Amino acid sequence: MPWDRNQMAARAAEELEDGWYVNLGIGIPTLVANYVGDKDITLQSENGMLGMGPFPYEGEEDPDLINAGKQTITELPRTAYFDSATSFGMIRGGKIAAAILGAMEVAENGDLANWMIPGKLVKGMGGAMDLVAGVGRVIVVMDHQNKAGESKLLKQCTLPLTGTGVVDRIITNLGVLDVVEGGLKIVETADGVTEDDIRKATEATIVD
Amino acid sequence: MNKIYGTASEALDGLLHDGMLIAAGGFGLCGIPELLIDAIVDSGVKDLTVASNNAGVDGFGLGKLLDTRQVRKMMSSYVGENAEFMRQYLSGELELEFNPQGTLAERMRAGGCGIAGFYTKTGYGTQIGEGKEVKVFRGEHYILEEGIFADLSIVKAWKADETGNLVFRKTARNFNPPAAMCGRVCVVEVEEIVPTGSLDPDHIHLPGIYVHRLIQGQHEKRIEQRTVRQKETA
Repeated sequence: MPWDRNQMAARAAEELEDGWYVNLGIGIPTLVANYVGDKDITLQSENGMLGMGPFPYEGEEDPDLINAGKQTITELPRTAYFDSATSFGMIRGGKIAAAILGAMEVAENGDLANWMIPGKLVKGMGGAMDLVAGVGRVIVVMDHQNKAGESKLLKQCTLPLTGTGVVDRIITNLGVLDVVEGGLKIVETADGVTEDDIRKATEATIVD
Repeated sequence: MNKIYGTASEALDGLLHDGMLIAAGGFGLCGIPELLIDAIVDSGVKDLTVASNNAGVDGFGLGKLLDTRQVRKMMSSYVGENAEFMRQYLSGELELEFNPQGTLAERMRAGGCGIAGFYTKTGYGTQIGEGKEVKVFRGEHYILEEGIFADLSIVKAWKADETGNLVFRKTARNFNPPAAMCGRVCVVEVEEIVPTGSLDPDHIHLPGIYVHRLIQGQHEKRIEQRTVRQKETA
């Protein structure tokens, strides 16, 4: 069985090491926070916060306290606030150990496309280009194939890029792959999924 | 020198002209200068270029300035929450310059610090890097981005003293300090003006040197995405 959204998030949480400062993207990456367990992880929200807490209880929402997805959140005893220039200073400056992001396409050389589809609604890149350019490790969590059943792991991205050669590891519903010299390397398969299943579902070059 | 004005319109008197560049603080609808935006709508000034991370929502924040067609160009990182924005952009009525969020923040900060340009890895090899100077430092590619030097900054803070020293609250700080820094003139709206001397000098987030005019007012502070969790019941 391929992994579901929560299993993908749980697998992504295994990537995080005790003491890390981490930025989580919108969608499945947000769920990763539910699976960090006892590890001491500090979440960064790029609109100006370290130490992001859970959603507030009803009636305790604060319009001055939101995450990068504009959702109401809460603070923790460790929380620090800062302005956007400082926030992206720590992102570009390599102080954030890892970012876990969603993607539309990943290429075998680590190119990432996740911000626009030409001719369709264009919303903007937000902080994604800064994150992939600056953080220590870029981990992509996404479905292996799109809704049409086509591989999202490609020889070359077709969509406008967010960054070139930036992705380190990809966690999909089928397994875990690393970007290595010459292509992608299968690190792990989901329960009941074979390496052959992954090869068949992947356009990108798989190396041994 | 008195920096305190009675209303947003009074605080903007003599500062607005068609075709000007305005830097606005705020992230989404959090920490936006909503009173000053309303006053700019009322002024009727047009052909504005606005540097702001987002463009508000339909009918609120900078969305109001879009509804009245007073904006010619936006410099933003994310504009997904605004249908009227999309309509004007897709029909060619509105120009849009996408900036990566950190690049936009740093362009404002740099402008305010007298730095005309800086090199960043962000956007290299993407559409954002096209046509920009590329330089290699320590074996990696960087692109040249220019500082933003705005005609006017409009900013929201939580508290100010009478000299314009500012304190922000939680994530409502966001783009407000860099936006404040990059304007030739900076107008700030706050929830409360307190007597000079009552703020701890060690707890000032932005010194009053960046603040030229100041108003106090009531803010709606609309929430864009109200998300809550349920209390566990025993």
